[in-house]
Amino acid sequence: MKIYFVVSFDNEYDLVGATQDFRNNGFNILDAYTPYAVHGLDKAMGLKPSRLSKICFGFAFIGLTIGLYGQYWISAVNWPINIGGKPWNSMPGFLPIAFETTVLFAGLGTVFTLLWRTGILPGRKPKVYAPAVTDDVFALVITEETNTFDSEKAENISTKYHSIEWHEKLESE
Amino acid sequence: MADHVKSIREPLVHGNKNLKTITDDVVGIMDKKPTGLWWVGFFIALSALALGIVAVSYQIMTGIGTWGLNKTVGWAFDITNFVFWVGIGHAGTLISAILFLFRQKWRTSINRSAEAMTIFAVMCAGMFPIIHMGRPWMAYWMFPYPNTRGPLWVNFRSPLAWDVFAILTYLIISAVFWYIGMIPDLATVRDRAKTRIKKAVFGFLSFGWSGSFKTWHRYETVYGLLAGLAAPLVVSVHTIVSFDFATSAIPGWHTTTFPPYFVAGAVFSGFAMVLTLLIIARKAMRLEEYITVKHIENMTKVIILTGGIVTLSYATEFFMAWYSGNGYEQFVFLNRAMGPFAWAYWIMVGCNLITPQFFWFKKIRTNMLMVFILSIFINIGMWFERFVIIVTSLHRDFLPSSWVMYKPSYVEIATLIGSFGLFFTLFMLFIRFMPIISIGEVKSVLQYKGRSGGQK
Repeated sequence: MKIYFVVSFDNEYDLVGATQDFRNNGFNILDAYTPYAVHGLDKAMGLKPSRLSKICFGFAFIGLTIGLYGQYWISAVNWPINIGGKPWNSMPGFLPIAFETTVLFAGLGTVFTLLWRTGILPGRKPKVYAPAVTDDVFALVITEETNTFDSEKAENISTKYHSIEWHEKLESE
Repeated sequence: MADHVKSIREPLVHGNKNLKTITDDVVGIMDKKPTGLWWVGFFIALSALALGIVAVSYQIMTGIGTWGLNKTVGWAFDITNFVFWVGIGHAGTLISAILFLFRQKWRTSINRSAEAMTIFAVMCAGMFPIIHMGRPWMAYWMFPYPNTRGPLWVNFRSPLAWDVFAILTYLIISAVFWYIGMIPDLATVRDRAKTRIKKAVFGFLSFGWSGSFKTWHRYETVYGLLAGLAAPLVVSVHTIVSFDFATSAIPGWHTTTFPPYFVAGAVFSGFAMVLTLLIIARKAMRLEEYITVKHIENMTKVIILTGGIVTLSYATEFFMAWYSGNGYEQFVFLNRAMGPFAWAYWIMVGCNLITPQFFWFKKIRTNMLMVFILSIFINIGMWFERFVIIVTSLHRDFLPSSWVMYKPSYVEIATLIGSFGLFFTLFMLFIRFMPIISIGEVKSVLQYKGRSGGQK
């Protein structure tokens, strides 16, 4: 049996403070739900920097390779055509398109990785713990095993940070 | 509570907003009936689009012999429109990507509409080279794919092939950047929707966005990465467009200053178009508290800067023509200023050099009607800049016996009007059916980021 403790705040400062406090007290934070990207919450939740920038670099590299090698292979290997006496491998002239394929692969690759990794896909239904989190409510969800959850302590922290509402939800998984 | 977050800066949005009122204001537009001004604008735009559809269908069925082109002037109206529209798009990416990287928070109220403008402008631009092919149903031949014609591959040494890749990449990346930025707001619309259809449509469009901070965290990273990719991309696009001219050996085109000259001109014209659109949009959609006079002022300042670069480019061109000692180059530039197309040249100089100078005065910068009128003058001037560069460099070539004049046919003019129709129709639909202001981003730049708007 797992318990979900959902606590809502009406501003980001209380949310960040409470998150930090919950974590210091050893609570297990599942996620927070906010109307916009709250700065400093990643540190309070202890999230590591995203690895997507490395993914982006990887895709950029693939794009550059395909752009450069593709043009070289087409123009110099597969079917060389003499255009204005220019060399078959006109590498400087291939750079503009290679740049564009680099940007295209990096951009699309990163976005598709984001969608796949976060499960943000067309037709998906959102998991809602608290209402109005896309409007003006900042919600924090804590999840623990029922027997280890200290609900009195959790409620104390919630009150300390002017929580507007909290509730507990049991879910057997 | 609010004391420690009070800033000495002026607030970015007016009207003492809090999180709830921002949602209500922006999403409310989509629920309310549109204003009369919106209907007027939409109807004019739709009529222009209809004219354009007729003109384009006619010239595709008949052939581009319906244009005013001749043996000497092989590029004129069509390519002018293409360069003009590509340039318009640049301001959107500048606002959404470059100002983001510079942490200019005022961009949050205008970036959504400016990005939409970019996409629509690039769509208008892309239309012209496709029509210019004469056989637009063969447009897919521009892509390098294995085929049974040899295989006959694309010539990658041609700047026109570079254009295909640059414009398409620009369109795709801008559209993705715009849509990714809109997902959280679409979720806000979904969660407020009352009707079943609206719930279903926005539920689908918002990709199941739940506001999860773990998603936000990655999302912010990707947003920054896309901004970092879009910034050099936008510079590359107009650079490559300028290569269409600069890599040729035509006097007046064959110059190394073209890439920076074109990029600055693009930002200049793009900001003028953003001003034209936003002054209409803030009025028609009653968004004066979000798109404030301060926003308009900031944009006019960008116009002063880029207008200055454009002025410098005009002067440099003339200086280099004289200093190079090249007779052909000198002739082309004297012909521009004093030849049969001198009227076009002086419209260009008048609109692009003199108009921005008015923006030095705060009285004019803060007068919306004046800014609107001046922005239209810049739009006209920048259209004529491309016309002057293209037509005056061609119409009197190396052989005086082939010198001719160029006059656009009514089909070409109708196509230009049609492209404006397409642009404004899409923009009008966008401000009516999509969140025109980036709700999440505006919320994040409020002074007091809570429910009560600092009243606590």
